[in-house]
Amino acid sequence: MSKGIFNLKTFGLAAAILIALAFLPPVLPRFYIYILAVIFVTALLAMSLNMVVGHGGLFQFHHGAFYGVGAYTAGLMLTKTSLPAWMGLVAGPFAAALVGLLIGVFCVRLTRLYFGMLQISLGSLIWAIAFRWYSLTGGDDGIHGIPLPSLISSSTGAYYFCLILLAVCLFVLYLIFKSPFGATLLAIRDNPERCEAIGINVRRHQLIAIVIATFFAGIAGVLFVVVEGSVFPDLLFWVFSLEVFIMCLLGGWFTFAGPIFGAAIMVSLRTFVGTYTEYWTLILGIMLILLIFFLPEGVWGYLLEKLGPQKRDLHKETK
Amino acid sequence: MLRVEGLHKSFEDFKAVSDAHLTVEAGQMVAVIGPNGAGKTTLFNLITGQLKPDRGRIIFNNEDIGRLPPYEICRRGIARSFQIANIFPRLTVFRNVQVSVLSQQRKSIRMFRPARTMAVEETRNILEKVGLTDKGDTIAGALAHGDQRILEIAIALGNNPQLLVLDEPTAGMSAEETGATMALIRRLADEQGLTVLFCEHDMELVFNVAQSIMVMHQGMTILQAGPEIVHNSRQVQECYLGGA
Repeated sequence: MSKGIFNLKTFGLAAAILIALAFLPPVLPRFYIYILAVIFVTALLAMSLNMVVGHGGLFQFHHGAFYGVGAYTAGLMLTKTSLPAWMGLVAGPFAAALVGLLIGVFCVRLTRLYFGMLQISLGSLIWAIAFRWYSLTGGDDGIHGIPLPSLISSSTGAYYFCLILLAVCLFVLYLIFKSPFGATLLAIRDNPERCEAIGINVRRHQLIAIVIATFFAGIAGVLFVVVEGSVFPDLLFWVFSLEVFIMCLLGGWFTFAGPIFGAAIMVSLRTFVGTYTEYWTLILGIMLILLIFFLPEGVWGYLLEKLGPQKRDLHKETK
Repeated sequence: MLRVEGLHKSFEDFKAVSDAHLTVEAGQMVAVIGPNGAGKTTLFNLITGQLKPDRGRIIFNNEDIGRLPPYEICRRGIARSFQIANIFPRLTVFRNVQVSVLSQQRKSIRMFRPARTMAVEETRNILEKVGLTDKGDTIAGALAHGDQRILEIAIALGNNPQLLVLDEPTAGMSAEETGATMALIRRLADEQGLTVLFCEHDMELVFNVAQSIMVMHQGMTILQAGPEIVHNSRQVQECYLGGA
């Protein structure tokens, strides 16, 4: 039995990808570097959502709200206060987690679909604030030209910043995923009633998961500000939350890394197909139908299955 | 150890349990019997907190646990199995039991240590005791029905309970499996000094295994006594064993 968390193959693969990505900026056109950075941000957002949706079995329908809170907090602190920039960047995730806690406290009292409905309602309140409170948030215009520290204001700087933070966040998420907490979360997804009967305080567990997930959503929100230099209310609109939800399904929500693929596919579709036609969502729709019929476990879930039956279970014990 | 006094529970207008009484002494195997719909499952759900009683008291180790949520009741030493196999279908057999052991050790919330190094010995011991060792890596949902029922008991054992509540542990099993499962439960009770409260439809088994039998009918406790007395009671004959 190996004592570590990573087996050598996973670790090697992750390191290789990371190094390859680190060497891209000098050789790729700036536009692609920007798209990759957007994928990193979106991947982190999708990963954070999947922790509660795919692993926790919660109907977290309005994850974008917390992403938006993170982004707006950073954006507002960078533009409206004279505090040091890093404070704004650090405050984003904490603000998101705080809102996650407040909304979560109410949501975990409900189950399944009701949980989702309440979250959409409460999340939409935050959207309404961002959308309507012109004097503070700039309303539907949002905030543009957010001043960033020079180190991360260039597109290459933003790229590396996002890449490093993504790597760190994924590492932490993986630790949590493989921990007793992560294992218990999967058990709650499978059977909350049984979990109660073996002495697990299901609601508290779910709430902690929500706070962690919204914290990481907040980090993604901050990264969005770093990449785009702006914030706008669409980030908190429920339609965007649905998109992130779809990323999880698309990549494979019962897997760990699936949402990264989901995010990459969605961002690429929107960027590359979106330039040819406004109807890129049509292609997305067709993809979703095919997905439901042919790859119900998602893209990454399918690949894992093909790679060998021994990889079927995420939490397999290595003896 | 466990005392149920004048317990009532209605759903809408239906009185599922009305005036149930039960005493379980430490180390005993106590059976609850009664025709279908007598309120056995409701009674068990009340004891382990899935349902809240309308009236009455449930005393466990001198504490009224009637209002506590299921996880608090579990932490006080009552673990249970369900009538319909109630497991974690997408996790491995090993993980099913491990999650329970981790909960018992109050480690469910730990985040920064790999779970695969924790509670491993305890989990293996339990799997060995119930004979599921070689199926440890199987996805629980893919187990045969009988094995799922056994896993159900193994999950309950993960909580290292004082009192094990088993709601028809042999439901849906073949005669052979039923015998083996009852033997297992008896062995566990002997070896670990477990107190067991169970309900079961096979009367021969009940009268063989149980030291005390509580008879329920239409939500009411008719009597609780040793197997001999219950067997000979006219009242019980009339409303339950009558036909047999």
